[in-house]
Amino acid sequence: MSSFLIGAACFVLAATALGLLRILRGPADADRMMAAQLLGTGGVATLLLLAGAAQSPTIVDVALLLALLAAFASVAFVNSVWHSQGKASPAMDPR
Amino acid sequence: MTAVLYIFTVIAISAGAFFFLAGTVGLLRFPDTLTRMHALTKADNLGLGLIVFGLLPLVEWPFGAFKLISVWLLVQLSGSIVAQLIANFVRREEQHG
Repeated sequence: MSSFLIGAACFVLAATALGLLRILRGPADADRMMAAQLLGTGGVATLLLLAGAAQSPTIVDVALLLALLAAFASVAFVNSVWHSQGKASPAMDPR
Repeated sequence: MTAVLYIFTVIAISAGAFFFLAGTVGLLRFPDTLTRMHALTKADNLGLGLIVFGLLPLVEWPFGAFKLISVWLLVQLSGSIVAQLIANFVRREEQHG
């Protein structure tokens, strides 16, 4: 079971890395904003599979933190690009 | 762990990994930014959900399972919010650019 889980973790990691290739190639700013989200989802899946393989529940805490930080990073990306265009970001809208 | 749970875990995690691969292929080959956003949020989150579903028999009940489900919930919620923000940005750019 643990070798299957480690194999699945490597597979998901390879798929995430392949997606990052597109992020590098992407023609628009919005494509690069999706990098944080891709790493958030793919990294969390890899960490959860490794937590199952090693039977260590502390890795699930690391996955939780990664999901949280990926959310913050994505919002920060969107805000920074909105600011560089001199407009107010909808994320900071008090309405 | 019984054989039925073992088979269930293997099938669910294989399906989850397959959906991850499908999401990445969509991310690589879709023509537009917004369609790539679709592939990223829908397919990858479905893959993560299936992986969490498959890992549930392996962890201790109840707190290990609750933690796994809360990780999945956090990724779902943050993914949907971020997708809205990025899509809003892309739409503004298409209107003004």
